[in-house]
Amino acid sequence: MTVRFAAACLAAALFVSGCATTAAEAPGPTRPKLDPKADANPFPSTYKPFSGQPTAFVGATIFTGTGEKLDNATLLIKDGKIEAVGTNVTVPAGYTVIDAKGKYLTPGIIDSHSHLGVYAQPGGPALSDGNEATSPNTAEVWAEHSIWPQDEGFHAVRRGGVTSMLILPGSANLFGGRSVTLKNVPSTTMQGMKFPGAPYGLKMACGENPKRVYGSNNQPPATRMGNVAGYRKAWLDASKYAQKWQGYYASEGKGEVPDRDLKLDTLAGVLDGEILVQNHCYRADEMAIMIDIAKEFGYKISAFHHGSEAYKVADLLAKEGICVATWAGWWGFKMESIDGIEANAALVHAAGGCAVIHSDDAILSQRLNQEAAAALAAGRRLGLNITEAEAIKWITANPARMMGIADKTGSLETGKMADVVLWSANPFSIYAKTDKVFVDGALIYDRSNPQYQPKSDFMVGAPKGGE
Amino acid sequence: MTRFAMLFSCLLAFLATAASADTVAITNARIHTMGKSGDVTGTILVHNGWIAAIGPRVRVPANATVIDAKGGAVTPGFFAVGTNIGAVEVDLVQETNDNATSNSGLSAAFNIAYGIDANSIVIPVARLGGVTRALVTPSYGDGDGRELLFAGQAAVITLADGADPVTRARAAQVLELGAGGAARAGGARGSAITALRADLDDVRWYARRRGAYNTGGTRELRFTKADLDALIPVVRGRMPLIVGVHRAGDILEVLKLARAYRLKIVLSGAEEGWMVASDIARDRVPVLLNPTANLPSSFEARGSTMENAARLHAAGVTIAFANGDGGHRAREGRYNAGNAVAHGLPHKAALAALTVNPARIFGETKVGTLDRGKQADIVVWTGDPLEPSSQPIAILIKGAIQPMTSRAEELAKRYRNLGTPLPPAYKN
Repeated sequence: MTVRFAAACLAAALFVSGCATTAAEAPGPTRPKLDPKADANPFPSTYKPFSGQPTAFVGATIFTGTGEKLDNATLLIKDGKIEAVGTNVTVPAGYTVIDAKGKYLTPGIIDSHSHLGVYAQPGGPALSDGNEATSPNTAEVWAEHSIWPQDEGFHAVRRGGVTSMLILPGSANLFGGRSVTLKNVPSTTMQGMKFPGAPYGLKMACGENPKRVYGSNNQPPATRMGNVAGYRKAWLDASKYAQKWQGYYASEGKGEVPDRDLKLDTLAGVLDGEILVQNHCYRADEMAIMIDIAKEFGYKISAFHHGSEAYKVADLLAKEGICVATWAGWWGFKMESIDGIEANAALVHAAGGCAVIHSDDAILSQRLNQEAAAALAAGRRLGLNITEAEAIKWITANPARMMGIADKTGSLETGKMADVVLWSANPFSIYAKTDKVFVDGALIYDRSNPQYQPKSDFMVGAPKGGE
Repeated sequence: MTRFAMLFSCLLAFLATAASADTVAITNARIHTMGKSGDVTGTILVHNGWIAAIGPRVRVPANATVIDAKGGAVTPGFFAVGTNIGAVEVDLVQETNDNATSNSGLSAAFNIAYGIDANSIVIPVARLGGVTRALVTPSYGDGDGRELLFAGQAAVITLADGADPVTRARAAQVLELGAGGAARAGGARGSAITALRADLDDVRWYARRRGAYNTGGTRELRFTKADLDALIPVVRGRMPLIVGVHRAGDILEVLKLARAYRLKIVLSGAEEGWMVASDIARDRVPVLLNPTANLPSSFEARGSTMENAARLHAAGVTIAFANGDGGHRAREGRYNAGNAVAHGLPHKAALAALTVNPARIFGETKVGTLDRGKQADIVVWTGDPLEPSSQPIAILIKGAIQPMTSRAEELAKRYRNLGTPLPPAYKN
């Protein structure tokens, strides 16, 4: 039996059973799967914080993630939350005390551009699940359905202090699909890592990738103007779709139920402000066009990713309140990144904007602190006066903001999730390593304790190389 | 204005007048010579491109251009390996790629030296990371039906401003084994090594019968004449053969092959090298590695670890640092070295892996150290060269003071202040 024939049989079987199920259900709005709002979270988080104990870090230098640096300070965490931080904090009885003299504390590092799990180690076609490069608009796919929790990369970046990540689909498509925000805790299922209450994102891509992937196949888009036509057509469709549903909701169930469309659900979610646009875009001029498209259809861009030329329109991006997630050292790998400079983040920051250092890479994600250090050094070389306490926001508070989780994590403020990294030295030094990493107040990595050095199933039986 | 920026502007003003100086004295320096002189606090004197004196009490001639290091570190210029500097301007712009061929009639003879662009915008960027010399190595331009084992010949270049970059063509031959080599040889390691042995036998045979070959009097050989000629110095053990390999078992196979054929090999990649470190050390085979390659990125690299560099060094293996990226990020070599230090490599060994080791591996004995009589490739740093916060404040290549800028730095200055009356197009 050929594969194709088998697939046809399978499809027929599914179709028949699908018909049977549908026929058995009652018609109209009581069938919740037909209403996007009724079941907006079909893959709910099952993450529960690991057990932690009230802990006091005493004598540390603390970068709070709010722009402050506290010397010889104390941080208290309890019940998974930041309880207190400051230089005049007394340690209550019953707390585990960690002597942090000479060490540094920062909020958990947040990588706002990761493909962990969707392009998992050890790579190859079997694990290449990040680009649904079959159509320029695949807004209906969700990155979370591609994530392999056994990617050893999760464990590697945890050793680098990463506690939360935005996992994105790739950039082959104009609309690549939904992103998902994860807590970097070991789990057998994706749902066990899912950041509770984090909004979804929509990956969009400007420029060379979509036009190369489809244009080379003699399919639209083949040009940048083709890209823009593709975005606008999709937003028009989404606007019509949203309008139909609004009409239906206004009819209080009396109107005809519109046909549900998974692709348009995601786009309409953006128009409703519930899904954040994460826009891969390198060139300054293209960012300006994307901003106009967002205004035309009434949505907001949360962040431009990569944004190699953000420094050329740093004032515009600051005015529009759009974050820029970028690198220090990456440039020149394609035409649209030829003008990438090390000081990009520093210039965005200096213009009053929201600068973020991201990775897009499982190696770099292990050392976002060093990438931020290189970006900061480049800014200072240009004469920009930026403190380390400010620059730490590029890998903590600012990525939290662009991911819509700044009310929960990204800074060491009372009441926020106790996502904390204890560093052996100043994290802006090349020699600093993470000593301990906490997520929601629980120890999840400890360099000095082999009991707290998790590894993936894939590494069981592999040569024991160490970190 | 920060101290950095001030220093930078002063230096720029100073460079405008000093670039052609014959005699340069770098004073008040903590000098890591990486050579016989060890670490020296004092002055290093450069005359006509060569290091004329070094020590705590060097007399500075009246006509010398003086660079005050202000107590900063001074190192030899870095010698980057595994690069495509000058051979690739923009990776995805094909016409700017001269690092690989898909010509099915050319393999070992491919000569990257012909394609190095002296005006590459990558050169000044790498230079600001302290890189003054580099080995530019070919990659594979695999195409349909092109199953050729060798990638071609690497070249040594200088990153000096205005210089003809190639200082030595045909400096090494490049070969990938392991899974990549297997794929090129029909899908299995057994075919790659067998084909390689047959090819090396052919080259040896040809080397003794070149006269007969030219008159058509020999048996048929798989390679073209150009490829055969290119491989003669390899089979004679004169030209280093860089072998890309990852898995511990593959490394042992390569060592065996090198012993059998008396090849002068250099391992590249070698993520599982630490598992067979004593074998590598015993055969005195140097290793080019990226110290940050710690992921099980393939089945042949499951033993990858941040401690590979430290463990190989401890076993007595000579190591040199290669970047993951070929050229645009060559400036990050010093950060990779810093990460190796954070994972157990002594600081001095990390500096050696950026300077004297790669120079020696590829026979460039005039550079790599700051001993008297060496070519003056010198970088003056504000602090520890492995720290991102440290910056170069002066760079000399063969004694010539280099411009401290790049296209990227000029772009940064162009857009430093937005909202000027005329658009940035009117600036620098």
